[in-house]
Amino acid sequence: MQPVISLESIWKIYQSGDVEVTAVRDVSLTVMPGEFIAIMGASGSGKSTMMNTLGCLDRPTRGRYLLDGVDVSGLDRDKLADLRNQKIGFIFQGFNLLSRTSALENVELPMMYGGHRLPAKELRARAMKALELVGLAKRFDHTPNRLSGGQQQRVAIARALVNRPAMLLADEPTGNLDSRTSIEIMDAFQTLNEQGITIAMVTHEPDIARYTKRNVVMRDGVIVSDIQVKDRFNAKEEMRRLDGELQAAKLVK
Amino acid sequence: MKLTATFRIALRALKRNKMRSILTMLGIIIGVAAVIAMVGVGNGAKAQVEAQIATLGKNMILVFAGSMTSGGAKGGYGAAGTMKVEDAVSILREVPGVTLVSPEIRSGAQLAAGNQNWFTTILGESPDYFEMREWEFTDGSSFTEQDTRSANKVGVIGKTTAQQIFGDDDPVGQIVRVKNVPFKITGVLKSKGFSLGGADQDDVFIVPYTTAMKRLTGATILRGIDVQAASDDIMSRVQDQISELLRQRHNIRAGHDDDFMVRGQQDIAEMATAQSKTMTVLLGAIASVSLIVGGIGIMNIMLVSVTERTREIGIRMAVGAHGRDILSQFLIEAVTLSSLGGIIGILLGVSSTYILKLLSKICDMLHIHNDALAAIAYGPTLISPTIVVISFVFSAAVGVFFGFYPAKKAAALDPIDALRYE
Repeated sequence: MQPVISLESIWKIYQSGDVEVTAVRDVSLTVMPGEFIAIMGASGSGKSTMMNTLGCLDRPTRGRYLLDGVDVSGLDRDKLADLRNQKIGFIFQGFNLLSRTSALENVELPMMYGGHRLPAKELRARAMKALELVGLAKRFDHTPNRLSGGQQQRVAIARALVNRPAMLLADEPTGNLDSRTSIEIMDAFQTLNEQGITIAMVTHEPDIARYTKRNVVMRDGVIVSDIQVKDRFNAKEEMRRLDGELQAAKLVK
Repeated sequence: MKLTATFRIALRALKRNKMRSILTMLGIIIGVAAVIAMVGVGNGAKAQVEAQIATLGKNMILVFAGSMTSGGAKGGYGAAGTMKVEDAVSILREVPGVTLVSPEIRSGAQLAAGNQNWFTTILGESPDYFEMREWEFTDGSSFTEQDTRSANKVGVIGKTTAQQIFGDDDPVGQIVRVKNVPFKITGVLKSKGFSLGGADQDDVFIVPYTTAMKRLTGATILRGIDVQAASDDIMSRVQDQISELLRQRHNIRAGHDDDFMVRGQQDIAEMATAQSKTMTVLLGAIASVSLIVGGIGIMNIMLVSVTERTREIGIRMAVGAHGRDILSQFLIEAVTLSSLGGIIGILLGVSSTYILKLLSKICDMLHIHNDALAAIAYGPTLISPTIVVISFVFSAAVGVFFGFYPAKKAAALDPIDALRYE
């Protein structure tokens, strides 16, 4: 099987004035289809740079990056944009939905670019299907300001899924959410992952990382640990536990 | 990305900031409205001048007797006293392409009939004069060739003069006295209205030039000669040949000034329209400046818009928008803004021309007299489709020109920075 992500000795060096800052040094990483991986680390560990590199938003200074078999290193701006459009579904910490635009149109957005040229009806049908997957089909005409944080993030997940990408790339997807909603989102991820979708997630919360299958920890631009998660959280169970705790707290009162 | 989708996004973005969009468009609206209104009024005035020039007749060449300086005193036109009837005859005979000539004598005199009298212009002309100027008769007819030859005391009366002396009575066959000489009226001329100089062309009494010489001025000197050329395209050649002939006849040596002036109808038209043309160009220039100012307004607001929507640009780029998708989105937004302003401006300009006309008419009715106002009120206002199309295209072009820099700036954004922008 061909890996979704294949990093071979990636270096990223930023020029900050006269000083050279090495954000990522000699990192190699392979992610196979169906994996659910968390990239962890404190701020300044190089995980944001990893995220940008994996998301084809930035090119590595040195090394080779194969995304779903395509060598990204030599591609220009427009080619990178097409690659993002076809192979990657982005999920951001701040949701990054277009304001004053309905959920449905937000989900349609990736299909507007990259030369898809689908008829309006087909666009709509596919966007609706993606919204159904995240359980928001009923709220398709709501604008983001009328949706809760969790719902907004689910719209963003639907948008990420709509072009049937090779992987989902999530950047601190629960950073702006409370613990209960975070579990909801993790539930959505686990469900999608069970259906075979590859997910790479950047996070600094060890709790959240325990919902994934594999944890990669970075420090000072290098990978310091890469382990399979043993006692993995199941989002549905965690939700039940949380509800039980709430119930108990109420009884004590 | 599909153009229709881009257009829809642009329209929605403009709708979101209605007030801002309208204020931004205002510059273009005022500019285009000003262009339309000013050029419309200017063209109207020009058309009016052209209509007046057409009352001269067709392919007319006017030869004026020139001035002569004697002892340092310049005598004014006609003072040279060198223009004779023979000159007119030889022009007709010797210059090819000349179809008709009429020697002209002009003086002013008191006309009297019964207990009425009126001071008017007396013209001495040949019977061909009426044909040359395409001047028709409402009653009676012209005096004849025979009348000219015999210097008969007959004449043709203009409409204004006829009304002053005879009121509603039929003047044909009646007798008027000019300097105590009785003249029989053979015809009443159709109204020609005001000349370019503002003189009433109908306030006139026209007699055979021979009669004018013999009975009224007592001199054989002409004020000028009216000449008609066979066609439009030989005008300048005929004019040159008339000049040459007259110089020869008047024995003017090389290097000396002419003692006459030859003016073609086109020259007169050009002189008369030059002023209104200058006016139109000037007004157009002012309007263009306001269009450019409007364009700068668009550029300004587009730059603000790009900054405000940096995050949106980042999102679009992250999900696969190319630089040129972003470029066309913002460019179309700017062009929509400016061309919408253009359309509103065109509507406003057209309606304001009519409002201006109405206002001038009201002023006129209230006896607030002003030549310029009168010209606007009664002159035709010409909104040519050309100027409408030009202003629309120009306003769209303003959008492209001034929208390009902000759009380019948006397209050049780095997706990582744009996504992180707060």
